[in-house]
Amino acid sequence: MSDDDEIILADLNDEDLVAQMFDDLYDGMKEEIEEGVNILIGRGWEPYRVLTEALVGGMTIVGADFRDGILFVPEVLLAANAMKGGMAILKPLLAETGAPTIGKMVIGTVKGDIHDIGKNLVGMMMEGAGFEVVDLGINNAVDGYIDALIAEKADILGMSALLTTTMPYMKVVIDTLIEKGMREDYIVLVGGAPLNEEFGKAIGADAYCRDAAVAVETAKTWMARKHNRASAG
Amino acid sequence: MSDLDAQLTDAGLQPSGGGKVLLLACGALAHEILALRAANGWDHLDLQCLPAIYHNHPERITPAISAAVAAHKDSYQRIFVVYADCGTGGLLQAACAEMGVEMISGPHCYSFFMGNEAFAAADDMTAFYLTDFLARQFDAFVWRPLGLDRHPQLLDTYFGNYTSLIYLAQTDDAALTEKARQIAARMGLTFIHRRTGYGDLTSALAQA
Repeated sequence: MSDDDEIILADLNDEDLVAQMFDDLYDGMKEEIEEGVNILIGRGWEPYRVLTEALVGGMTIVGADFRDGILFVPEVLLAANAMKGGMAILKPLLAETGAPTIGKMVIGTVKGDIHDIGKNLVGMMMEGAGFEVVDLGINNAVDGYIDALIAEKADILGMSALLTTTMPYMKVVIDTLIEKGMREDYIVLVGGAPLNEEFGKAIGADAYCRDAAVAVETAKTWMARKHNRASAG
Repeated sequence: MSDLDAQLTDAGLQPSGGGKVLLLACGALAHEILALRAANGWDHLDLQCLPAIYHNHPERITPAISAAVAAHKDSYQRIFVVYADCGTGGLLQAACAEMGVEMISGPHCYSFFMGNEAFAAADDMTAFYLTDFLARQFDAFVWRPLGLDRHPQLLDTYFGNYTSLIYLAQTDDAALTEKARQIAARMGLTFIHRRTGYGDLTSALAQA
């Protein structure tokens, strides 16, 4: 592209800027996303509106194209990295403005497993959807999960594993929750490449989530059920 | 990529039609199985390989094995599946049990080459593994599919939690060892060379 064709983000109206940010997010252009976020904030947009309309809106397209086999993992990671850049600007502002929170999730990769790409994507998309996320990182033993659930007063436990050898550890965590009489206090979501629906059911999770978009929708559905139960009770 | 490796990666290998026992294997194991068959005179073993690139698409393994068993079960006295779990999350094991065919035990080929017991005890959580085949085909199986040829900045996203690359060598090949060493350097990982030979694969095929 020649200099003459270069798009000046600040010259675009709000609608065109958001459309351009969708394209930039899709192309993994982190600096452009950061610039776009700053422009919208400068124009008086609420941080929550920037998050939902510009970033989550764009990542929803990325997620759909990944699901449909149009985009692949590298491109999704680049898009996620761009979104992360925008989120870093918005996070402190969201905290200041008291943006709505749907629920709180403790998430981590299980003991013996160092893989965190999927977990990180889920955490970021959950934050984008309005959840508060406490990320425990990789290689988490059962006590770490349970201590965090209690300390953070979490609603949701998210566990991730990439290896056939480590995914059974999810059952150890769920069984411990049952032993301690805590299982019904939390929504338990599991995910990771070798997992499937049957495995999720067999270990006693509430749901298996095959990707980050499904995790967000599943979490929203289960949180709504939880609220309905609380209201009925 | 050699012609045979290219074929094993994308198309696999068709059985010759000889032998009483059909081995249904991953294309990444073809060289090792053929070497063991020749060295031990196991002429009763015929070999069909599925495309080795299924290593990157474990969801394709179980349906492909089920179809191959259905296609060949009347032509052989016995079928033995030379896949470990290989990321199928137990689905391959369940399918084999339902079809009444046996498979090699272990989570994946790194494990049975090293010996399943030794692998389980090793606790190399932060190690990235290569075999002879994967060392030869690293770009086709790892670097390009992960987009690292186009987006090298993703290296840390993929491998930031790894500390070492363990090359489990089936053969003594100085050039391949050097290649594995260079791959480790490219990934920023400490290089470890372990000569495993064929590990548990030998005993599994002896009983097949």
